[in-house]
Amino acid sequence: MKLKIVTLLLILLPAVGFASSASKMEMDHIEVALNNKASLQNGAKLFVNYCLSCHSAQYMRYNRMASDLGIPEDVVRENMVFTDSKIGDLMTTTMNAKDATKWFGVAPPDLSLIGRLRDPEWLYNYLRSFYLDENSPSGWNNVVFENVAMPHALYELQGQRKAIFKTVTEADGLEVEKLDRFELVKPGKMTLEEYDDAMKDLTNFLVYLGEPAKMVRGKYGVWVIIFLLMFGALAYALKKEYWRDVH
Amino acid sequence: MSFIDWVDERFPATKVWKEHFTEYYAPKNFNFWYFFGSLALVVLVLQIITGLLLAMNYKPDAELAFASVEYIMRDVWGGWFVRYMHSTGASMFFVVIYLHMFRGLLYGSYRNPRELIWIFGMVIYLAMMATAFFGYLLPWGQMSFWGAQVIVNLFETLPFIGAALSEWIRGDYVISDITLNRFFAFHFLIPFILLGLVFLHIVSLHKVGSNNPDGIEIKKGPKGNKWSKDAPADSIPFHPYYTVKDVMGLVVFLIFFIIIVFFMPEMGGYFLEQPNFEPANPLKTPDHIAPVWYFTPYYAILRAVPSFAGTQVWGVLAMGASIAMFFILPWLDRSPVKSIRYKGPIFKSCLTVFAISFVVLGYLGTQPPTPGLTLLAQVFSIIYFAFFLLMPIYSKMDKTKPVPERLTK
Repeated sequence: MKLKIVTLLLILLPAVGFASSASKMEMDHIEVALNNKASLQNGAKLFVNYCLSCHSAQYMRYNRMASDLGIPEDVVRENMVFTDSKIGDLMTTTMNAKDATKWFGVAPPDLSLIGRLRDPEWLYNYLRSFYLDENSPSGWNNVVFENVAMPHALYELQGQRKAIFKTVTEADGLEVEKLDRFELVKPGKMTLEEYDDAMKDLTNFLVYLGEPAKMVRGKYGVWVIIFLLMFGALAYALKKEYWRDVH
Repeated sequence: MSFIDWVDERFPATKVWKEHFTEYYAPKNFNFWYFFGSLALVVLVLQIITGLLLAMNYKPDAELAFASVEYIMRDVWGGWFVRYMHSTGASMFFVVIYLHMFRGLLYGSYRNPRELIWIFGMVIYLAMMATAFFGYLLPWGQMSFWGAQVIVNLFETLPFIGAALSEWIRGDYVISDITLNRFFAFHFLIPFILLGLVFLHIVSLHKVGSNNPDGIEIKKGPKGNKWSKDAPADSIPFHPYYTVKDVMGLVVFLIFFIIIVFFMPEMGGYFLEQPNFEPANPLKTPDHIAPVWYFTPYYAILRAVPSFAGTQVWGVLAMGASIAMFFILPWLDRSPVKSIRYKGPIFKSCLTVFAISFVVLGYLGTQPPTPGLTLLAQVFSIIYFAFFLLMPIYSKMDKTKPVPERLTK
């Protein structure tokens, strides 16, 4: 009887546990591919050009990025370092936190670990969900991260969009505002498809940036497991040999 | 005169080796559950080694700690491997210990004459919890900071001394650089105390001899086996038989361990929590603060108890009591048999329900509290305590099976 009650409670558990999420839009899926060097390189290019002027990546060194992504160091030095940093320096920003707080209300966070703090899905959708909003101090808002202080740094690529919302009644009777669609007000340098691909690359790069070791740990892991399997076979044979005395 | 004779005249090297390895006679029917003792020792040693290596590059300073961990992850050669070994090791230590404790529950290993082994084991468990708690602050991430804040604040609920006590622990009004520094000192110290406690745990084990899946005292049975005429008939020398067997178990364990280290070090946010990748910020409270999984059963019990009479101390007391229950366990079990194999249906179902409630409480402790979940946590907390407090009654009235004279398979 007790067991039955427990089983019943266990079955009920997920029903109580998962309340409806508050997200205003359906998240598009993204497949992270750290083995895609071209994508990572493009992501790095976008990152240093559009993110690094305000955000830092203060735990990452330029030359580490160069060697991991297969970009020659002189290319990095000439095209990717915009401060007087040396190739072995950390990827800091010249914007100082005090000024930044004055301009944006908050200092732009360091992005070294953003790929671990946020899911890739979140990053990918966030980067694509900026819209014009007259009520916001920066003139921009974001569907994924409401009232974020950050303006749309990539608008010249994506273009300027408006967001149209609709009111939806959820299963529990609650009325919530959901995104209906975006409307392109002024096109950017890229088509929307090109922009989506670019953001895939950027997200890919952010995931790499969060944990550079992720590129190699799987490769080492396989060898360690192969070693353990072989060692395990020996250990098993040894045990069997010894235990013949016991049985 | 050989070198070893020279040593033996001055130090009982051969004597100790014989008493604790080649002539320590253990029951011959150890099963799967008996791997976790040696595994726990291996994990402890691994934690000490990886911890030492980490300490060479870590900086216990609120300004530098977070960056030094990222320095280890990126700039120190093999640093990410050492760090993941250590973070995975912390969680796997608890996995191993929980299974080791469950083995004790299954086969009545806590009972006469092994009460002291069990008590030493529980002290080890407390020391592990302390060092894990201190260690979790060190990366100085959001969850490190707020987790420590929540736990230290628990002391604040104690009457009269509470506020002063929690301030004394922190060394400050909030978790700060001062707290980080002392937590690092304790985190480094406790593992060595743990080694000492493990020594006591093993000395007392070897004094009375190991229990077995049948819960039979082999020392009381017939004597004489292949290796010695005085040893219990159903025993075998620990070395080489259990050493080679434990190596086999270790390899299997390491495969699981390595898969986590290399392929899923965050373990879905259970071993490394996502909010901890953001540096500690005293001005920004995370939406949901949850301790690491190995503390969550107790955390669920803490939250399940409502505050009344104007204080929240009851939850804290309940949490303390939930751990204290294990200490008195040897005197709660009144069954005439030790092992689950010969215990009756009542004890079997109680233990099953207890194991389930421990897991469910663990899950509930990771979730943000809602009225529904809190109710569930209350139900399971009551089951948790009932398992212990009613044991003197149900273990006595249970219908047990006859225990055989000699060990079975």
